[in-house]
Amino acid sequence: MNLPATTLANPLANPLANPLATALATPLAIALAEVQYAWPGQPAVLSIPELQIAVGERVFLRGPSGSGKSTLLGLVGGVLLPATGRVQLFGERIDTLSASARDHFRADHLGFIFQWFNLVPYLSVLDNVLLPTLFSTLRQQRAGADPAGEARRLLGALGLGDEKILQRPVTALSIGQQQRVAAARALLGRPRLIIADEPTSALDHDARRAFLELLLRETTAAEATLLFVSHDTALAPLFSRTLALSDLNRSATTTADLGA
Amino acid sequence: MTPLFRLAAKSLWNRRGTATLTAFAIAVSVALLLGVQQVRTEARESFANTISGTDLVVGARSSPLNLLLYAVFRVGDATANVSWETYQKVANHRDVAWTIPLSLGDSHQGFRVLGTSSSYFEHYRYGHRQLLHFTAGKAFADADAEGVVIGAAVARELGYHVGDPIVIAHGVGEVSFTQHDHHPLRLVGILAPTGTPVDRTVHVSLDALDEVHRTPAEEAAAAAGLPLDTTPPAITAFLVGMKERSTLFVMQQALNTYRGEAITAVIPGVALTQLWQLVGVADTALLIVAAFVLVAGLLGMLTALLTSLNERRREMAILRSVGARPGQIFGLLVSEAAFLALLGALAGLALQQGLLAVLRPWMEAKYGLVLALGSPAALEWAMLGGVVAAGAIIGLIPAWRAYRLSLADGLTVRV
Repeated sequence: MNLPATTLANPLANPLANPLATALATPLAIALAEVQYAWPGQPAVLSIPELQIAVGERVFLRGPSGSGKSTLLGLVGGVLLPATGRVQLFGERIDTLSASARDHFRADHLGFIFQWFNLVPYLSVLDNVLLPTLFSTLRQQRAGADPAGEARRLLGALGLGDEKILQRPVTALSIGQQQRVAAARALLGRPRLIIADEPTSALDHDARRAFLELLLRETTAAEATLLFVSHDTALAPLFSRTLALSDLNRSATTTADLGA
Repeated sequence: MTPLFRLAAKSLWNRRGTATLTAFAIAVSVALLLGVQQVRTEARESFANTISGTDLVVGARSSPLNLLLYAVFRVGDATANVSWETYQKVANHRDVAWTIPLSLGDSHQGFRVLGTSSSYFEHYRYGHRQLLHFTAGKAFADADAEGVVIGAAVARELGYHVGDPIVIAHGVGEVSFTQHDHHPLRLVGILAPTGTPVDRTVHVSLDALDEVHRTPAEEAAAAAGLPLDTTPPAITAFLVGMKERSTLFVMQQALNTYRGEAITAVIPGVALTQLWQLVGVADTALLIVAAFVLVAGLLGMLTALLTSLNERRREMAILRSVGARPGQIFGLLVSEAAFLALLGALAGLALQQGLLAVLRPWMEAKYGLVLALGSPAALEWAMLGGVVAAGAIIGLIPAWRAYRLSLADGLTVRV
């Protein structure tokens, strides 16, 4: 069996016990091959020989600050283009798509949850959740005939069902509530891939666990693939597979030295 | 409204404080520009409309501009008079259709008094060859030594009605120490507004002027029933209408080389053009200043947009993460700038119209400038369109910067 190098390089991952063994039989959600990326005028921050994540997987990607996690998400999100190599999402090479097509692809298939939630402060809770439907007809269609109703359902599932809360500006919510709004926004319209970038770092222990359980449940319900990025290894057991960016990235030593 | 524009509107509403100030700065500039432009247009029109249908203005030897100013615009004073004899010679010339004598030098409550004949009401034309009309009463007869006809602005400001007594004063200042109160006159007619200096003129017959200027000895002689010579010794200037336009230049030449008396004859249109060329320099300078104020307003908008850009990088990164294209971010910024400029232009138009409504009576009273309220002319609309276009063009700078930033920031803002 020809397993991906990342799996072999990861001491936490056991191919026999890991769901990847079964996942290999299923199509891939993310496939990176010989990807290199460097910021202008700097040495390569990322050099990934191979990374494969199967459809439906819930992957925990760990790495310290400055290890290139955001750059990797930029590549997977189609916002950054690799200097060399291939980036495939759901079988489609997004690095060869036009800029406009990549934006369409991201709008249609990707949901992001950020460390600082990245909610639009002047929009209400409901409008923030509905934001993806403004840029993607596909997500609008997948959200059903009544996207606002679907947004309400998602928010309700995340414990924000009160109609008064929905019409409030997001800035009036607590940190934990804001993070749940960000999750609802990422899940609306059932994107095929959810990327969560340190989404729990602003939450306390209890809120973190509750949020993660909700996120995993909703992701599973939406049949989405989840790539969860964090430096908090205590969360790793909740996921089907754990990857260390330092194992994936051949430039890890160099970039850590540079503090990138 | 597309969802994207609704989003832009909400974003702008979120920054309504600075956005309002930006739009207000543009509005003030636009109001100034439109105001200056309207005053220019109206002044030029009012200027050109002051006299029409008159072929020659004749007065004592002076520069054509000076003659035009005192005889037609009632600005300044004549250096000398024209003898009645010369006036009669011209009036009786075979090529001359009509003449209007003008005798200036007195005032009533700050308004110039013009001694003239009834031919003034028959032949004086303004605007597009319009004759004078009465809103009340009628013209005085040549022999009427008491009748007074006043312009519309005089009637409005002094609240006069036909039949009211009027005392004229010597000199043309607003305050006079020599009142001809021994000879009160009576208001017989009020003219319709013309938008020309006629509105601000008190008209009397030459006989009336003669009577109010009598010496005590002449007064005593008149009281005793002795015959007096009522022929005016001189007038300030006169207007001439020719029977045939073809004889105009010959007559002008003859008058300018007249040996009996040093006089000047000018063709009003020619002198008006000369006068406007003189005034036009200041007028253009004013427009340039207004244009620079507008540029300053638009640069203020540019500064505001560029300043807010850094704060909005997170917002743009969020929009990128949900699928917004850099082109859409670019479009949002340009349309925001164009919208602010449009808002500023419309508010500027409203401000200009509002100020006009407030200042209109004062402008008319003080300068005789009749400024029209209502829809702007094509040029003003073009100016407003230009402001919006300039706003959109200026918006290209922050939009381009936002575009570059959104590409560089990606999904993670490094600020």
